[in-house]
Amino acid sequence: MLAARTAIRVLGLALFVAVVVVVPSRISEFRASEFALIGIFFIAILGLNILTGYTGVISLGHGAFMAVGAYTTAILMLGRPGLEAGGLSPPDWLPVGDGMKDVYTIPIAALVAALAGALFGLPALRLSGPYLALATFGVAVATPSVIRKFDSVTGGSGGLNLFDSPNLTGAIFNAVHVPGGRTLTFNDWLYYLTWTIALALFVVAWLIHHSRLGRALRAIRDDEIAAVASGVGLAWHKTLAFSLSALYAGVAGSLLAMSAFSVQPGAFPVDRSIALLVGLAVGGLGSLVPLVAGAVFLVFLPQWAQDLSQAPGVPAVIYGAVLIGLMIVLPTGVGGLLRRVLGPLTSRLYPRSQ
Amino acid sequence: MTALLSVEHVTRRFGGVVALDDVSFEVPTGEIVGLIGPNGAGKTTAFNVITRLYRPDAGRVVLDGRNLLRTPAHRVVRRGIARTFQNVALWPSLTVIDNVRVGAAARSGGRTPLEVLEYVGLAGVAYRPAAGLPFGTLKRIELARALASGPRLLLLDEPAGGLNHEEVEELGRFVRGLREDFELTILLVEHHMNLVMGISDRVFVLNFGRRIAAGTPAEVQRDPAVIEAYLGDEHAAA
Ligand SMILES: Nc1ncnc2c1ncn2[C@@H]1O[C@H](COP(=O)(O)OP(=O)(O)OP(=O)(O)O)[C@@H](O)[C@H]1O
Ligand SMILES: [Mg+2]
Repeated sequence: MLAARTAIRVLGLALFVAVVVVVPSRISEFRASEFALIGIFFIAILGLNILTGYTGVISLGHGAFMAVGAYTTAILMLGRPGLEAGGLSPPDWLPVGDGMKDVYTIPIAALVAALAGALFGLPALRLSGPYLALATFGVAVATPSVIRKFDSVTGGSGGLNLFDSPNLTGAIFNAVHVPGGRTLTFNDWLYYLTWTIALALFVVAWLIHHSRLGRALRAIRDDEIAAVASGVGLAWHKTLAFSLSALYAGVAGSLLAMSAFSVQPGAFPVDRSIALLVGLAVGGLGSLVPLVAGAVFLVFLPQWAQDLSQAPGVPAVIYGAVLIGLMIVLPTGVGGLLRRVLGPLTSRLYPRSQ
Repeated sequence: MTALLSVEHVTRRFGGVVALDDVSFEVPTGEIVGLIGPNGAGKTTAFNVITRLYRPDAGRVVLDGRNLLRTPAHRVVRRGIARTFQNVALWPSLTVIDNVRVGAAARSGGRTPLEVLEYVGLAGVAYRPAAGLPFGTLKRIELARALASGPRLLLLDEPAGGLNHEEVEELGRFVRGLREDFELTILLVEHHMNLVMGISDRVFVLNFGRRIAAGTPAEVQRDPAVIEAYLGDEHAAA
């Protein structure tokens, strides 16, 4: 019984990996960049799921943590020489380095975002339910202005351009040499990088879900009083959930900066934060694999809406209408649907929620 | 007599309601102590004060000679106090065994979550979600969760709620067995008089937040103040 379940899980994961590996050879290069974007959103949604899906704390401000990750990567890649060449004057005390290869900035972006998450979570988690959601919303609203305010290092409204940076892998020749003598186009490289990280973070999210920590977080979501009475400290666990989910957002932001060759305050509007929550709801709160569907939705639906009509305002209306329809038809997201349809056989593949 | 737990002159108000009014009682190590009283007497409030979910307005709670009021609520279980809730407070989306595992995280050694589930007769539903199981089963899961934390003191808030006559008798034997098998001290809140009087070593009676009687089950049952409180209750109900 237990062995069968483990086998199903390993098989599912292997299938997932296989799909990720095969996709680039089946799609045009243009699509590869979009599929990388799906991976980026998948990472961010996986992270938000730890906070909102597991723990039941709603954040309307996770775009801010993506911004933290994106700017950390951009600033570290440029380093002091790059920033000064761009006419900026980062304060002396700020350890921006001398320019760092893009992939090495990812773990640093993750940690900086996790720290930002903890620093925000610690005081904010004294608020409850809707008040906390409003506080996170406030962070999302303030993000572009805060970025502009520190223009000596963020470049203000113009942002930072990474296209010329020698630390951007493969950008100049648009080809990346990988071990084994193969050469990848930049988009394929970004796709593989993103999905390798996404799969690793997926496994981490799965492990958290099934660990003592994950049980404690889900206990908090279901009944806080009972959780406290059973030894689960609310402040510590919620702060940790906030920090972990910000870490994921930071990684996503870091990859987003690399994929766009740049960062601007305009790339992190309030919509970005709301979109993550939309993606999570579409994928299914507390689900894991089905969250990919949420990421696909975020990347492709706006485009489909554009294709249907270019008239001003119409794509937004289509987007909204599809979202409302989807929430009526699939109130528990794609994850909920899969659990119902696939039933007892695979129900163990997906963590139960609701 | 060494008291494992002593509640000393505890007062707790909710607005104008004095839920506990200068209440004191002791729970000696190894005993089963009954805490009874009509609806709204303050029994559950006493549990909530002992488990630090409510802060008392006055008074002290002492466990093992150490002030319990300095222990934050989520640390109480590590000091050896586990409880069940009157209205069942489980985590419905977790499996039965995961509910118990959260409880077990507070201790090291002792029975495993599965062993505790076997003890309460629920090993068969261990991997089902708690949601949707019958009320009596939920009460047993809650008990298993409490036992899995390896407590010294177990607080049971109306464990017989929703049980029929035979099940209540069975429960009485079960609670006595618990004390032996888990080396427990038990504080029991219950409306079933036969159950409380049958298994308790001593009984404290609350009414409108005040302690109105204390003693052995026989003494308490003869106490005019207790008879008055319960008769008054019945008159009010009629
Ligand atoms: N959180 C609260 N807020 C306001 N009033 C409360 C609260 N908790 C308890 N009370 C009040 O305190 C009094 C005692 O309530 P408590 O729940 O302790 O009674 P009880 O003895 O457990 O009753 P029952 O047998 O019905 O469970 C009641 O008047 C109740 O309304
Ligand atoms: Mg009560």
